[in-house]
Amino acid sequence: MADQSYYDPKDLRKFGKITDWQEDLGSKFFEYYNSVFQEGALTAREKSLIALAVAHTERCPYCIDAYTKDGLQRGITKEEMMEAVHVGAAIQSGASLVHGVQMMNKVNKLDG
Amino acid sequence: MKTQSLKKRDSELAQAKRQLEILSNGIFQDGELPTFAEKIAENGHFPLRPRRLEILQINVGYMCNQVCEHCHVDAGPDRKEIMTRETMQQCLDVIKRTGAHTLDLTGGAPEMNPDFRWFVEEAAKAGISDFIVRSNLTIIRANKKYYDLPEFFKKYNIHVVSSMPHWTRGKTDKQRGDGVFDASIEALKMLNAVGYGMPDSPLKLDLVYNPSGAFLPGDQAGLQAHFKKALLEDFGIQFHDLFAITNLPISRFLDYLIASDNYEDYMYALVEAYNPAAVQNVMCTNTLSVSWDGWLYDCDFNQMLGLGVASPVKHISEYQEDLLQDRKIVISQHCYGCTAGAGSSCQGAVV
Ligand code: SF4
Ligand code: SF4
Repeated sequence: MADQSYYDPKDLRKFGKITDWQEDLGSKFFEYYNSVFQEGALTAREKSLIALAVAHTERCPYCIDAYTKDGLQRGITKEEMMEAVHVGAAIQSGASLVHGVQMMNKVNKLDG
Repeated sequence: MKTQSLKKRDSELAQAKRQLEILSNGIFQDGELPTFAEKIAENGHFPLRPRRLEILQINVGYMCNQVCEHCHVDAGPDRKEIMTRETMQQCLDVIKRTGAHTLDLTGGAPEMNPDFRWFVEEAAKAGISDFIVRSNLTIIRANKKYYDLPEFFKKYNIHVVSSMPHWTRGKTDKQRGDGVFDASIEALKMLNAVGYGMPDSPLKLDLVYNPSGAFLPGDQAGLQAHFKKALLEDFGIQFHDLFAITNLPISRFLDYLIASDNYEDYMYALVEAYNPAAVQNVMCTNTLSVSWDGWLYDCDFNQMLGLGVASPVKHISEYQEDLLQDRKIVISQHCYGCTAGAGSSCQGAVV
């Protein structure tokens, strides 16, 4: 069916249900997750922007929705959010490009 | 940005009955989400009852110089309902009799009521310890006749509580109209100039933040820190506290939620963020709301939904505290807005 896809935005509401079939591990995950996002040496606001950037590099639509909303709730502006997305994109493309050195090394070794 | 109230636009949502139908049906009727009554019953809070009356909130009229996108009052320049001096006198009689320590004047833009200053002068004599006026700020810059409002507020030691949706121009103007940010900044400077909002000043100036879209307010302390830093660095403006309040799904905000296809998600978010600890402190438990025509409500939101108090005493002219205290608070699904996260009241978070 054309209007169906693997991702349904409504499924995000059910994230908590992952504990249903593995209560212990699921609860441990949520406990860890919630601790990570508490105010710490980094502010919760900074962590939210990091999460948004990672959500994009991981290309997770649920996380993008969740941390866009979280950012708005914290008063983060759309310009700040887009900068965070660029940080993620820059690291991601840098990570691809830096492997170019490996390619260069290999070329030099095989055909230098 | 719409420039007319729902009422003027003849929108079906101008009818309180239609809003209540939407809030009662759909996801709540089919059991997908629990109703507010079911939810508070889980913690033994049903029926919700008032504690001691502490705050009398008086809505002196729906007329306003702005037409904010999310206004729960559906206020605007085209709204003509304003409180008469006669009703004000009935309120004054009650103010003198109650033990309420806070008087909270709201609107619309309360300053647009022609008897506003008279009422403030008379009410100030009653010895209230906290006398709040909810000012939208731009009214102070709207017309020369309002330029002296900061001095007037100072004379009566009014506690000024003002809306400020964001520390950036774009977000503020999107929600409240073009030019609102700059006019609000000018008004805040005028208030600071007479001593309002300065760190040790007794002239209290608090700001109210409400989200500019279909999301809940984040942590109040974090938002306050950001507002303080930005307004001080960018404009040299100071204020005391920031109250973060949740937009309740009624009136123009409900209209916006439905039009932007956000209604269901927003209700889910409210229900998911339900915090039982906030229930004991929702503002209807210590507040009574009076409409421009003298009718009594549990809160300003119930007033807009036409949900009068469930008491034999229904009008300010027949006020009897003991009978009113005995009532059950009238609730519906919009009440989830008061209990989400850290809770939300006219004074911001409640837990
Ligand atoms: S200033 Fe307040 S009363 Fe006036 S339209 Fe905006 S939200 Fe409504
Ligand atoms: S909307 Fe009014 S009645 Fe409902 S919980 Fe909030 S203050 Fe109480």
